[in-house]
Amino acid sequence: MTVLLDPTSERTPTRRPRLKRPDRLDGLTVGILDIAKARGDVFLKRLGERLGERGIAYKHYAKPTNTRPAPLPLAQQIATEVDVVIEGLSD
Amino acid sequence: MTDLPRDGLVAVVKRDCPTCELTVPVLAELAARGALTVFTQDDPTFPEAIADRIDDTRLDMSHSLKIEVVPTLIRRTAGTEADRTYGWDRAEWERVAGIVGLGAGLPQQRPGCGAKNIEPGVIERLKIRFNETGLKSRRIEIGGDEDEYEAMVARGWSDGLPLVPPTEERVLKMLDGTSRDPQEVIGIVPPDLAAATVEKIAINAVMAGCKPEMLPVVLAAVEAVLDEKFAMHGVLATTMFVGPVVVVNGPIRRQIGMNSKGNALGQGNRANGAIGRALQLVIRNIGGGRPQEVDRATLGNPGKWTYCFAEDEEGSSWEPLSVEKGVAPGKSAVTVFAGFGLQGVVDQKSRTPESLARSFAESLKVLFNVKSAPSADALIVISPEHHRTFRDAGWTKARVYEELYKLTQIPGEDLARGAKGIDEGGSPDRAGTMVSKFRPGGLMLVRAGGEAGMFSGIIGGWSSSGPRGSTPVTREVKL
Repeated sequence: MTVLLDPTSERTPTRRPRLKRPDRLDGLTVGILDIAKARGDVFLKRLGERLGERGIAYKHYAKPTNTRPAPLPLAQQIATEVDVVIEGLSD
Repeated sequence: MTDLPRDGLVAVVKRDCPTCELTVPVLAELAARGALTVFTQDDPTFPEAIADRIDDTRLDMSHSLKIEVVPTLIRRTAGTEADRTYGWDRAEWERVAGIVGLGAGLPQQRPGCGAKNIEPGVIERLKIRFNETGLKSRRIEIGGDEDEYEAMVARGWSDGLPLVPPTEERVLKMLDGTSRDPQEVIGIVPPDLAAATVEKIAINAVMAGCKPEMLPVVLAAVEAVLDEKFAMHGVLATTMFVGPVVVVNGPIRRQIGMNSKGNALGQGNRANGAIGRALQLVIRNIGGGRPQEVDRATLGNPGKWTYCFAEDEEGSSWEPLSVEKGVAPGKSAVTVFAGFGLQGVVDQKSRTPESLARSFAESLKVLFNVKSAPSADALIVISPEHHRTFRDAGWTKARVYEELYKLTQIPGEDLARGAKGIDEGGSPDRAGTMVSKFRPGGLMLVRAGGEAGMFSGIIGGWSSSGPRGSTPVTREVKL
């Protein structure tokens, strides 16, 4: 029998179920997160306008760079200010 | 294990030691007085003169007594050690034994020999048997019928090639390569944001095929990529080709036998290969960064197996990359760069620095896309024959950087979307202006390669080069 040392971080991932998606956006505030990919701002600005036309409240947010995870204060701000988030993932 | 006497003398010896042989008459004399217990480390028949010698070829007693040199003579009083000496020194033996006139015919003094229980390979096994390794990682038992190589791949630890099994013994030996505490945290590895301890890095270094003396370089490279400025998370997660490229400077290059000469970027050198591979395994196993998961690379590049080489500092007229980055001359350091595969610069005709600089500049201008500017950073690996042209003309490294920056200005109209019949490109608003292909400071020069061949290389960087993405990071190698 050989004994080997575990080269991993030995984490057991916890699977968390996704939050149930709302059936309607009425009365909810939508966060729109620009991750700073090229021209994402153009697309997301238009998306905000379309939501506004339907009377849905929205707020724009932006990450400083797409190359790093969102700063914690920004993630916390979004979590406390809106009900759902739309995030641009790529260009 | 045999009990030690509550009171009396204890000697530990081995046959393969002339000083032990020398002291046999003394041991016999002490045994005759009835106050001596002798443990023998290598040959249970030694010393023949001591009838009730005890076989310690398992070395358990030697290890418990922390014997470093044989012969060792210990006096025990009321169940504890009261005194000890090692080697042969008449006065010392007389003091420990409390008897005068020992070994009348022997020389006054002879140095002892290294004890068997502290020999490399032996000490590790004893620490494992006595559960003294201090290693914190989970032990994984591979059943006798299981092929350990297949078991490692099945557990997802492999980059695709076979790994060296990280046994406790190998990991302990690896940790001898550094003076750093095995539980010291070198950094937090993305994407799982898990702590990389020296121990965990050593396990991955074993699997990658490193020797212990290579571990300090691996640790420095891990530390460098985990610097916030390198943005390892982004370098891993991007769809672009990049991975960490490791350049090693300073005396450690030669101490561990790295290749900075012919085929420096190719196969065939253990240190170059294993160090770069160990870094990738750390990202994979500690960080959980795997292809087609958080590693979103469209194509990747072969350097994501391993991408590590040494600068050829000997014979260069330029300061090494590490010195350029602020490390004191003569110190060992690594610099990491988010780069991808190699683009050759073949110029066999230029004999003036002006011509050669233009040649490099034109090759640099096509990085990513001929229509792309500003573009990514680039690492230029200059061969000795190309370097010679700059050296003979008295061009410093700074001069080459300055000229290349100037020569890679591109007319804005050439870069516009649609120009040259290519839809790729930037805003037409830049027509009439000159656009820099590189950000200031975005080029790095390193000298490496064989003596023959007017061939240099360009390693392109990440589209997110610079402060908003990845900046090269240099770290001194700590032994």
